[in-house]
Amino acid sequence: MNGTSKIHGIMAEFTTPAGAMHAAEKVRDAGFRKWDVFTPFPVHGMDKAMGLKNSRVGWFSFIGGVTGYTTGMLMIWWMNAVDYTIVIGGKPMFSPFGAFPPSYELTILFSAFGAIGGMLFLNRLPRLHHPLLKNKRFALATHDRYFVVIETADPKYNEVETKKLLEAAGSKRIELVEE
Amino acid sequence: MSAPIPAGGLPVVPKELERIPLVNNNRTPGWISDRVAGICEGKTPAWWWAAFVPSIILATILLAMLVYQISTGVGVWGNHHPTMWAWDIINFVWWIGIGHAGTLISAILFLLRQRWRTGVNRAAEAMTIFAVMCAGIFPAIHVGRVWFDWFLFPIPTANSLWPQFKSPLMWDVFAVSTYFTVSLLFWYIGLVPDLAVMRDRAKTKIRQFLYGLFSLGWTGSNRHWSNYEKAYLILAGVSTPLVLSVHSIVSLDFAVSQVPGWHTTIFPPYFVAGAIFSGFGMVLTLLIPLRRWCHLEDVITMRHIDIMCKVTLATGSIVGYAYIMELFIAWYSGSPYERFAFLNRIKGPYAWGYWTMMGCNVILPQVFWFRKIRENLWIVFVCSILVNVGMWFERFVIIVISLHRDFLPSNWAYYLPSPVDIMTYLGTFGLFFTLFLLFMRFLPMIAISEVKGVTPFADPHTVEGGAKHEERIPDDEREVIA
Repeated sequence: MNGTSKIHGIMAEFTTPAGAMHAAEKVRDAGFRKWDVFTPFPVHGMDKAMGLKNSRVGWFSFIGGVTGYTTGMLMIWWMNAVDYTIVIGGKPMFSPFGAFPPSYELTILFSAFGAIGGMLFLNRLPRLHHPLLKNKRFALATHDRYFVVIETADPKYNEVETKKLLEAAGSKRIELVEE
Repeated sequence: MSAPIPAGGLPVVPKELERIPLVNNNRTPGWISDRVAGICEGKTPAWWWAAFVPSIILATILLAMLVYQISTGVGVWGNHHPTMWAWDIINFVWWIGIGHAGTLISAILFLLRQRWRTGVNRAAEAMTIFAVMCAGIFPAIHVGRVWFDWFLFPIPTANSLWPQFKSPLMWDVFAVSTYFTVSLLFWYIGLVPDLAVMRDRAKTKIRQFLYGLFSLGWTGSNRHWSNYEKAYLILAGVSTPLVLSVHSIVSLDFAVSQVPGWHTTIFPPYFVAGAIFSGFGMVLTLLIPLRRWCHLEDVITMRHIDIMCKVTLATGSIVGYAYIMELFIAWYSGSPYERFAFLNRIKGPYAWGYWTMMGCNVILPQVFWFRKIRENLWIVFVCSILVNVGMWFERFVIIVISLHRDFLPSNWAYYLPSPVDIMTYLGTFGLFFTLFLLFMRFLPMIAISEVKGVTPFADPHTVEGGAKHEERIPDDEREVIA
């Protein structure tokens, strides 16, 4: 709490998801960029209230799935029909039908890796530290409170004006969060 | 305009259209955190120790049996010619079948928007993971020389040998290992926001550090939730074909062979239905006592029990249909070997096993047609155990009865398990319950954030969620504003 500590942003607390959502609509319409809403569970409608686009996780998963299927098919073809050929019951060395079940499982495995890896990458997780996690009050974000945080890094940020905006949005408890 | 809205007010829902709430007594999000996280905090209850001590003793017996079997050889089991597969594979299929309910609840019911799943999915997913662990032991040890298990995986070695992918046993390796990995990831990703809850409540440094580490720095940011929900949806989407494929592929271990009684095309769907049936049986067995001991009656409500009984009834009936269809095809095929295999099940030396299976899997679940029985937890609990007794006998019937009288009558023999067989099987219960008890003591056994999300407090359009009467905007107008 010394004078040299930097401010990460301004944090407004709400007691209901509707309160946070209406505040988010106001913050979005005011044109802020570096801000976020923190909720104990995903609030439906919040993405629209914040003006977020559809998540891009699907692409990661899709690429994972394609990789998995291709890997499975190529691996089995190369192992059983090229590198180590052995006749089993007079069947062809490579058959897409016999190779399908393992390739199918690999498709699923890799698309799951893609979905999780993509989610963590887009969220820049895991991270060991976050300024908000030091804040005592913010611990309620996983309990039953809803927070709107506007970062000082936002070009539109102004300590007085931004506070006024959040007060007008109905927050009864606003505080500055240290970096 | 979806519903008539009185001027300046919320639409009035007629009494008969009101839905039974998912969380009873209108519990708030804060209450849900406190109650669920409270199970992992404070003093360990006496009943937990009373369950844990016998479990860990049984798990030790499992370890001793594995050491004995691996150091001596598979001859310590009752398996003999022609019954070369017996309790090892029965127990493998039984455990992996139990594992299916977890992914069904977490993935398929998620896609079907069955919001009641949130009350039970975490515990069911944990059950899945531990059941698959128990299952995985058996194929690994039944090969006899376990130090060659790595032959199953396509690893480049100096031998220049590769696995033979035309074998359904290889498909099984891929199916089961993918299933375990994806189930574990799904479970863990679901846990991340709840681990953050535990982190934020932690009173000691060590708890704060460990929960903090595994919650990956989760803050509850809506930008994160947006990606998280998409990833969760995709995981549910890929887990659905996965859960259906795993037991199908397990069934192909049998169906692709030529043994009468195994060589049938009905096996994949029949195995999947049986797996879901036994999995729901196990979920009921676990949750009926736990909801009482952990005081979770408001989260795992009577409605949950009711729905799970109905799923058990439905899948039990599908299984019953499959049994009857098998008999019909055995007769209709005209194959004397098929006919013999099934007559031998019905009135051969193991007829007691066949009729135990029929009684527990087909006849018993029919009691769930009656609401009075679905509401009686003692009866439901006993039935849920008998369901799994029946499902164990189903695998016994398929494996042992089909094998013990093969094509050459001079080979015929009556199979009996050895004490090592029995103690290894009982030991897996020890491992399962040890892991489950540790899980429920240290990790939130209810998906806290998901349950909060299905309460009216989470919906910004309800009074509980903070909507003011005059503020309410119908959804179609909201689109225009946004």
